[in-house]
Amino acid sequence: MLGYISKRLLVAFCVCATVSAISFALMFLSGDPAIAIAGAGGRAQDAEAVRIAYGFDRPIVTQYLDWIGSALTGDLGRSIYFNVPVTEIIGNRVGVTLRLGVLSFLLALVVAVPLGIAAALRPNGWIDRLALVLAVTGQAIPSFWLGLMAIVVFGVWYGWVPISGAETWQGYILPVIVLSYYAMPAMMRITRSGMIDVLATDYIRAARAKGLPMGTVIFRHALRNAVLPLVSLAAVQLGLLLSGSIVIESVFALNGLGRLAWESLLRSDLPVVQAIILILSLLYVLLTTLADILNAVLDPRLRGVS
Amino acid sequence: MTHHTPKYFLSGAVALAASLSFAAGTPAMAGKEDNTLNVAFASEPEPLDTYKIAGREGLILARHIFDGLLYKNLDTGEIVPALAESWEFTGPLTMEFTLRKGVKFHNGAEFTADDVVETLNTVITPEYGTRYSISVDWIESVEKLADDKVRINMSKPFAGAVEMLADALPIYPHEFFAENGSEGMAATPIGTGPYKLVSQEPGIRYEMERFADHYEGSPKSGATIDKIIVRTMPEMNTQYAELMSGDLDWIWRIPPDQATQLESRVQIISAPIMRIGYVGFAPESLGGDSPIADKRVRQALIHATNRAAITDAFAGGASKVLNTPCNPAQFGCEQDVTVYEYDPEKARALLAEAGYEDGFEMEMVFAAMPRPTAEAIAADLAKVGVTLILNEQQYAAGIGQWRAKELPAFFSNWGSYGIGDTAFILSNFFGGGDDDLVQNPELAEWLTVADSASDRDVRAENYSMAVKKIVDEAYWMPMYNFNVNYGLADDLNFTPHPDEFARWWNSSWK
Repeated sequence: MLGYISKRLLVAFCVCATVSAISFALMFLSGDPAIAIAGAGGRAQDAEAVRIAYGFDRPIVTQYLDWIGSALTGDLGRSIYFNVPVTEIIGNRVGVTLRLGVLSFLLALVVAVPLGIAAALRPNGWIDRLALVLAVTGQAIPSFWLGLMAIVVFGVWYGWVPISGAETWQGYILPVIVLSYYAMPAMMRITRSGMIDVLATDYIRAARAKGLPMGTVIFRHALRNAVLPLVSLAAVQLGLLLSGSIVIESVFALNGLGRLAWESLLRSDLPVVQAIILILSLLYVLLTTLADILNAVLDPRLRGVS
Repeated sequence: MTHHTPKYFLSGAVALAASLSFAAGTPAMAGKEDNTLNVAFASEPEPLDTYKIAGREGLILARHIFDGLLYKNLDTGEIVPALAESWEFTGPLTMEFTLRKGVKFHNGAEFTADDVVETLNTVITPEYGTRYSISVDWIESVEKLADDKVRINMSKPFAGAVEMLADALPIYPHEFFAENGSEGMAATPIGTGPYKLVSQEPGIRYEMERFADHYEGSPKSGATIDKIIVRTMPEMNTQYAELMSGDLDWIWRIPPDQATQLESRVQIISAPIMRIGYVGFAPESLGGDSPIADKRVRQALIHATNRAAITDAFAGGASKVLNTPCNPAQFGCEQDVTVYEYDPEKARALLAEAGYEDGFEMEMVFAAMPRPTAEAIAADLAKVGVTLILNEQQYAAGIGQWRAKELPAFFSNWGSYGIGDTAFILSNFFGGGDDDLVQNPELAEWLTVADSASDRDVRAENYSMAVKKIVDEAYWMPMYNFNVNYGLADDLNFTPHPDEFARWWNSSWK
């Protein structure tokens, strides 16, 4: 098991380094960062001054190696736009994104798993149909539209919850619901299909023939095998929620990491963009590695135990 | 039609749905009740060291916190004293200022000549990294003559100097600034302005309170609103919802179509600004080997574009078609020029004369302009046989290609730093620098004279010659001046200004 984990971590490191190098190069392909930083009113000499001040006149490989070298010592540089250490800005913003992502993930999971199981128990029954409607609408309705409608109905018409901002916990209610509605369908459907497959297997039939209570059959025997694909999917979903909440953060004026990444990209704030890419790729790799390990724990066959 | 369509549709739906909310409930008007102005910006303001920022959002906040030596009354066009009580040119390259006494900074420090000397002498050094060199590169040094007297030694004649000193170069408290530098000023901005910053989450939320000790006689005096809270809310639809529900009192940069939908529900003001849209033609591009190098082709392109219809359809509000490569509101922007009417027949004739009766294909990069506007230009040009290949880019990438002389045409906009003087636009594009892809020595010469002469008549005369030449040679296709739509709480008095600097110290409740 230790060998397996070490190998996974080594691969993870290589993935992060590659992602970060490619993204570094891509940023330079998208236009001269010195001109972007000099601003729309900046003259050629302003851009030149920026180029020298921030070292953009050095070869791109040198710039990358310098950056990665500092990053390894925990120094992610200074934001060009905010003129403060990148770690400080990210530290200020990451809490919002973590709360939003984790709460949405948990809510999606709490709804998706029981609903998926219930739907699998009676395929084509009313719960299954309801689950299908939820899944289809969750996937088909763009989350920004849903977010804006939620604002109009619950924030403006009824005034039940704040429309924007993360100053109070109530500010998270609408964005968490909207984001979880977007994340839920995939997890629900994979639970349902996994459950249907497992319920049709011989060992479940045998368990039911022995007269075991239905609850025991489902939760002790079937669920353990049915959730294996869900674990892998959930890791990816959590990663997506943490990295991909740009739209929801914008709609609800939550100043999290997603928005920071997007804004920094537009204003060519390279140190911030690089740091966020590194953090998110590390997070993805960590989550998928954890999912693999969890699957190996749940299913002895995966770790070679007969 | 375009990728904007669903967004516009959505915005319309939300605006409509939010409008209906008035039937469902009464909005809370918290702003007036506790004398707090609630403001939203879509973009994150930069750190509040004015010398290092370019975005209007940060600059607006900074102008409430800081004062300059002078101030421009935009209603009269007059430059009036601010921190300086009086000033005069004592030589062609020297200006002397008598400073106001009894002015206090927000931290209680007394304003003196040391503050002016420390601030300006620091920000002119290349190491400081002042964002726009044009704002300070005309200052050689600043000397203290007495506690209330300073002299600015200029490095070159610069007609825009007084304009720059009018609030664009704020004065910092010298001890705090010397000790804490730019970073310290950004973390704790301390000025002499009508509002002091009491808290900030950089880029997210700012809270300002009226400064009780603001000096008498200030051109910014008379503020009546106690508190201003500014938040970043990137999604415009969310801003509309909050404005309608009474949680916001002031928003801006509402797109024209949305402004039309909202005006039946909230107070909408449309005001012209200094920024103008233009298509720059580059005779020097592609080694001078492109149809655009021919004057008749450039003239044909302008005749072929129905600029009036495009302005009406896409700019709306207070925008007007321009005939000059500058804003008519700017000093020196001659308006007695050749007018290129919309005339496709004439365009075809000019193209035929230039040897392009079968048309040609040309790339046009556009940046910071809406795609539908670029598409409308392309559609008009297609009617006379010119195929415009549209290429949307970030401004940095577009201007980079322009400077590399790779683009025959570039569609973008220019704001002249909000300053009402032709010096801040023409010289950048026609003065012989890197952005000048015309490189006409006669033009550059006129502009140099106009930019540096202290006699306004000499300036006006030289700008006039330059503007006429640019129009006659059709180096630019000026499109329209921008306007800004503001969304305001019904009970808010607010007067917009063409320099895009909101003056909340002049705002009040009805």
